[in-house]
Amino acid sequence: MYSRKVIQKFEETLNNPSAHNVGRMDVNAKNVGTGMVGAPACGDVMRLQIEVNDQNVITDCKFKTYGCGSAIASSQQMIEMLIGKTLEEAKNIKDREIADLLELPSIKVHCSVLAEDSIKKAIADYESKKA
Amino acid sequence: MKNNLVYFDYAATCPVDPRVADKMKDCLLIDGTFGNPASRSHEFGWKADEAVEKARLHVANLVNADSREIVWTSGATESDNLAIKGAARFYKDKGNHIITSKIEHKAVLDPCRQLEREGFEVTYLDPDENGVITVENIQKHVKDSTILLSIMHINNELGAVNDIEAIGKFTRENKIIFHVDAAQSTGKLPIDLSNLEVDLMSFSGHKTYGPKGIGALYVRRKPRVRLEALIHGGGHERGFRAGTLPTHQIVGMGEAFRIAAEEMTNDNKKIAELSKIFWKEISGIEEIYLNGSFDNKVPNITNVSFAYIEGESLIMALKDVAVSSGSACTSASLEPSYVLRALGRADELAHSSIRFSFGRFTTEKEVKMVAETTKKVVHQLRELSPLWDMFKDGVDLEKVEWVTH
Repeated sequence: MYSRKVIQKFEETLNNPSAHNVGRMDVNAKNVGTGMVGAPACGDVMRLQIEVNDQNVITDCKFKTYGCGSAIASSQQMIEMLIGKTLEEAKNIKDREIADLLELPSIKVHCSVLAEDSIKKAIADYESKKA
Repeated sequence: MKNNLVYFDYAATCPVDPRVADKMKDCLLIDGTFGNPASRSHEFGWKADEAVEKARLHVANLVNADSREIVWTSGATESDNLAIKGAARFYKDKGNHIITSKIEHKAVLDPCRQLEREGFEVTYLDPDENGVITVENIQKHVKDSTILLSIMHINNELGAVNDIEAIGKFTRENKIIFHVDAAQSTGKLPIDLSNLEVDLMSFSGHKTYGPKGIGALYVRRKPRVRLEALIHGGGHERGFRAGTLPTHQIVGMGEAFRIAAEEMTNDNKKIAELSKIFWKEISGIEEIYLNGSFDNKVPNITNVSFAYIEGESLIMALKDVAVSSGSACTSASLEPSYVLRALGRADELAHSSIRFSFGRFTTEKEVKMVAETTKKVVHQLRELSPLWDMFKDGVDLEKVEWVTH
């Protein structure tokens, strides 16, 4: 039921978390935006943190995800897409792209939706600190 | 099959015992016992009938019943359907109320839902926090119109055991038909139907090292229980269930139950020891919760929740171990196990449950290996879990405002 890509991303992350952006940043830092979405009741919670430079480019990301293998793989996929992008570019990342890249079946599409939501929340948090 | 895979899902199904497979092989080919047991006119039929009756005796012996009380079906699901729909429809003039529990198998719950659509009224009892249905609980919900009670012997997710002796006394006194789904209990606990006041009992072949596709329903003769058949077409099985009897399947189930009667004491002793070793190894993991109670469960099933980890990811991480998850994240509903929910478990615990079930072919080496792997991957997944961070930071998850989608 899982695509090879999901299994690969999941296992890479599990076996070598620090090399795959698992972790956390200082929530209060001015250049950090945090987005946490989902709920334990639904079986998935994703926390994304982005570090942004003065040119509005995402220079680093950290995440932690509670959820099924697809949710963890979606987080990893999202991170790969985010680093190096400007905030404007990042805002245009769609859940569909993540789902397609990972070949998520329709019952797992909520995992990629969650990833998109976490990007939006993290950017909004960063922008609210700047405002 | 990769040979490094460990099978810890015996409660879902068992491999066939090699001795069972041998007996089944003799019932397929032209020089074997392949005949139609209903053929009365030749030797082939007589031999097949003899084999079927011998198997019936083995099944009856394991549960101390009369072999005339055993009706072959296609499995415990059909047995449950026949018992529940068959009894309710036959006795509908006496009343329309049925009692069951919220943590029955779907093979009991779905026929009950169907009967509701036909105009019956069904009460679904809440279990206690360990997954047990007590007589007191049943008593509170009985009405004058109650005709049938269906309660499982051993819960398939938790291994929790119901006191069917006490429940049977109560239902007999109150003239309520008592059906027990015993799919999980043959070969696990002794069953003595000459003493139990159970009217109908469902059995499965494959949960006791027999083949899939065969089961049986015990239908009490004294006092006589009557059923409306579900399948018509030739009056086989004394009118309870039509259809040509699958000799090889029946012989397989018979042999499996014969072996169970002979070996259950030793099997269960070994499994209880393995279960103890397993728990000793894994119980040191932080925030681990046993679902059910050690005091009242069969040792072959160990259902645990690892807080702050989602069950499906745990199963994926335990890639060389075949286990099952209470989490139903694989279904579209995103609902965690209805059994754990009924116990009142918090969502994050219900989502993180894993059922490890051992069997006849489980070894100590496998148990220790799986315990080690479990410890390792639980640690790894918690490193990935924001909930684990929050727990460690002392955040009360109940008070967080979650952003659901």
